[in-house]
Amino acid sequence: MPHQPPSDGLILHDISVRFGGLTALEGVSLRVPPGRTVGVIGPNGAGKTTLFNVVCGFVAPTSGQLTLDGRPLRPRPHQLKKRGIARTLQGVGLFPSLTVLENVLVGESDRDRAEATLERCGAASYRDEKPAALPYAIRKRVALARALVTDPRLLLLDEPAGGLGVQEIEELGELITGLSCSVLLVEHHMDLVMTVCDEILVLDFGKPVAHGTPDEIRTDEAVADAYLGAAA
Amino acid sequence: MFLTFDGLSRGAVYAAFALALVLIWRATRIVNFAQGAMAVATAYAGFEVSAATGSYWLGFAVAIAAGLILGAVTERVVMRFVDHSSPLNGVVVALGLVLVIQGGLGMIFGSEFRPAEAPFSRDAFTVGGVALLSRFDLFVFAAVGIVVVLLALLFTRTHTGLRMRAAAFAPDVSRLLGVNVSGMLTLGWALAAAVGSLAGMLVLPTELGLHPNAMDIVFVSSFTAAVVGGLDSAIGSVLGGLIVGLLLSYVSGYLGATVAPIAVLILLVVVLLGRPGGLFSRSAARTV
Repeated sequence: MPHQPPSDGLILHDISVRFGGLTALEGVSLRVPPGRTVGVIGPNGAGKTTLFNVVCGFVAPTSGQLTLDGRPLRPRPHQLKKRGIARTLQGVGLFPSLTVLENVLVGESDRDRAEATLERCGAASYRDEKPAALPYAIRKRVALARALVTDPRLLLLDEPAGGLGVQEIEELGELITGLSCSVLLVEHHMDLVMTVCDEILVLDFGKPVAHGTPDEIRTDEAVADAYLGAAA
Repeated sequence: MFLTFDGLSRGAVYAAFALALVLIWRATRIVNFAQGAMAVATAYAGFEVSAATGSYWLGFAVAIAAGLILGAVTERVVMRFVDHSSPLNGVVVALGLVLVIQGGLGMIFGSEFRPAEAPFSRDAFTVGGVALLSRFDLFVFAAVGIVVVLLALLFTRTHTGLRMRAAAFAPDVSRLLGVNVSGMLTLGWALAAAVGSLAGMLVLPTELGLHPNAMDIVFVSSFTAAVVGGLDSAIGSVLGGLIVGLLLSYVSGYLGATVAPIAVLILLVVVLLGRPGGLFSRSAARTV
């Protein structure tokens, strides 16, 4: 029998993060199975971006373990690509002095692949433009292309719908749904989260308050109190 | 006409040296005040090899290679550990390096001026009785031109250059994209120090000669060139170098050599007052 590599996806087990006296995350456990999309929602300051930063290695957990496909994950940012992890940033984070194509080429030297990924994300016609000259929605697409060009096994999307219009969010949803990789999504836009996610984790003040399918989360009273209720 | 060619020849050296300063500034936001001392150290190595082997070109190659190594070692061993919470920290460490290198060179080679061999004649060609430029001036133009073109190709046509630019602008984002930012920094320091070494090998065979402090005055002119051109602009540093070279040549020729440093200072003050980002920098966005 040929050896089959384990494919457990990303597993976070009992992750806690403390900054001095402030607890940013406490006892967070989560699994992102291969090919699935898991959403993380919660009010501002709930610890969503800290969770991303733990996975990326920008923040070291105070306690807890991370594994990716059965192997311990002790992430260092510049090694994420080798481990098959890519991330987009809340504020787009494109290099303003580089063209759209150059932005994508930073992570991948294969020009054909970079252009094909831009095409897939609907930004190919802007390949020679500088980001500052582009509408925000196009910049978001370029940022997504820059993450996807590395052909990740796990894609971390940090508020990809922020600043987008209704039509653009629908198109983004279609794009995410069509991805073959695992996706961990932090997002405030509930329609998008409920549409594209297989599972959702709800955080409040760094603690998990609910975890389940979109339908389960919709009817969860703790979620309504912590997040949806506050928004209503 | 002679003053123009002389100014352009000097300016080409300042341009190369200013380019070295800009390379490091763009990557680390540090003005490498040790650039001159590092260039002199590598020039000593080069001219020692030249004297021992009788081959100027072998010594030239050794000086450039020593620049690459010294730049990489400086970044890996010293500058990497500088606390960047205050911009002054890098400056203080670089100034400390100047003292260490110049003191070390003085202990090893002594503090007297030593002649530095030029590979080509410095006697200017004359056309119609007017002295124009020498073979050595042509060598300076060619060497600096080749380096500028090679660096431009590196940064605009290669994946490594693209990653260096990305790492300099946004190191954290670059790391997420798999860029080895610390490796890019080391490479940047190595390249900058090699370009500085080239500038040293081109300027020391003139009236300067070899001395631990020989590049101090070149550093002042080149720093002015970098500021005039814009510390963030590689093209600006080259043009700034040519402007400073021409200014020094004209002022020395018409008003006397003693006035030249004052002219450079006036140029620096005027540019800083009128366009603090440099003549060739892009306008900075202002948040209101």
